Amino acid sequence: MSSRPRVRVPDTAKAGEIILIRALLSHPMESGQRRDSSGTIIPRKIVNSFTCTFNREPVFSCDLEPAISANPYFEFHAKIVKSGEFEFAWTDDDGTIYTHKHTIEVA
Amino acid sequence: MSGLTRRHFGLLLGASASSLALPTYLRAQEKPRVVVIGGGPGGATVAKYVARDSAGAIDVTLINETETFTTCFFSNLYLGDFQSFDDITHDYDKLVSNYGIKKITGRAASVDREAKTVTLADGSTVPYDRLVLAPGIDIIYDSVPGYSQEAAQIAPHAWKAGPQTQLLKEKLDAVEDGQNIVMVAPPNPFRCPPGPYERISMFAHVLKKKGFTRSKIFVLDYKESFSKQALFTEGWEAHYPGMVEWYGPDVHGGVKSVDAAAGTVETDLDVFEGALLNIIPSQRAGAIAVDAGVTNEAGWVPIDENSMRSKVDDSIFVLGDASVAGDMPKSAFSANSQAKVAAINIRADLTDARAFPARYSNTCWSLIETNDGVKVGAQYEPKDGKIAAVETFISQPGEDADLRKATYEESVGWYAGIVEDVFG
Repeated sequence: MSSRPRVRVPDTAKAGEIILIRALLSHPMESGQRRDSSGTIIPRKIVNSFTCTFNREPVFSCDLEPAISANPYFEFHAKIVKSGEFEFAWTDDDGTIYTHKHTIEVA
Repeated sequence: MSGLTRRHFGLLLGASASSLALPTYLRAQEKPRVVVIGGGPGGATVAKYVARDSAGAIDVTLINETETFTTCFFSNLYLGDFQSFDDITHDYDKLVSNYGIKKITGRAASVDREAKTVTLADGSTVPYDRLVLAPGIDIIYDSVPGYSQEAAQIAPHAWKAGPQTQLLKEKLDAVEDGQNIVMVAPPNPFRCPPGPYERISMFAHVLKKKGFTRSKIFVLDYKESFSKQALFTEGWEAHYPGMVEWYGPDVHGGVKSVDAAAGTVETDLDVFEGALLNIIPSQRAGAIAVDAGVTNEAGWVPIDENSMRSKVDDSIFVLGDASVAGDMPKSAFSANSQAKVAAINIRADLTDARAFPARYSNTCWSLIETNDGVKVGAQYEPKDGKIAAVETFISQPGEDADLRKATYEESVGWYAGIVEDVFG
């Protein structure tokens, strides 16, 4: 089952406008503390960090812990001063980085 | 009505009307007439109980659109291959032969409350002294942008059992590994509160049984929370890890449009693609209740909590999903329970039978995976102007497998029992 980002960012904004950014990643966030039906511990597999940059400058980032539910969802605001590209990245325990890019134009 | 009970009022009216209109020899043979529209767990039950318990003193006519009745309850178990379509389809033969109920197969088109007649789609009319409306729900297709009755031929709602249920089963069985299912789940109030989530469980059961590992089931819900949520969520994680993704409106941001042909549901967050779309829109009382002028602004029928009598017409009783039944959910069990209260009151209106204080009960069972049954339910009484829950119970997360199996077996026993009670 693939982990697919779903991100909502406006395509355009006015200079100085504060926009809402919403980002969801399908991911099981397996805590490493659950057991399967045979009693064996299910190995930990979580997304342990999330970052959002704009033109490579940090906008928002955070670490995620095993207690966070499957399919982590973030909602945050950003002030747009110029056109540019948002880049979103989720880092999995196994090293995989799931990314998503979105360009926004200042009208 | 003070000083004069409804029963006496009705009897006086009946007596004066018939003595004016009819010669004496006919008067003795005239029976009060009860007409029931809708042959589901509410309508068929009230027809049976009135006919049986009045022992021929009341003439009962049951109007239903179809020859047979496929129950919406347990139709999810048909989707999950736990029941056959025949298992959940029943006829009215015993109601006719055992209790002398007149069965009319046809659509009730309108109600004339002044004349106290029901007009059928074929133009014929049926007079009544007491009318019972048990029409179930109508689907409000355009409550989901882009959805329509035509679209439902591709993206079934299957929230009224019958051909839609079979279409959904065909589409479910055609899903291939790696293809997704998208369900849009309705806002409150709606028929069968745990139904969408049991259905999700049955979808997942079918995919899992085929060994699928790459398919996902997305649920885009109009609600922030749902019935037995902790139980379903726990069950999905245990039995179908990673397969079910449920999102409320705070995450998906609202359903913007459904494209049945393209197999997409667009929300404010993203476009969700599915080989199977199951769109369950908002609902309201069946059209005949609207036509009769007994519905409220929201499209449901307010009732007197002591009797299931319409608040605007003393000669009309309303049962089941169509009614505003206070704390009771829209379920077959509820409708069946309400029907018995209505039957007592109808008999008290029309004969010298005695009415008893209303008591109602309901249980909603759901199957999450083979032998993993859960339930929620309550006893209800009239209280503070509504039907209020007085004792409630619900399955708990983490229950052991034996208890869950017993709960499932209880539901199978309940189904056999209610079907016998309604149609037997």
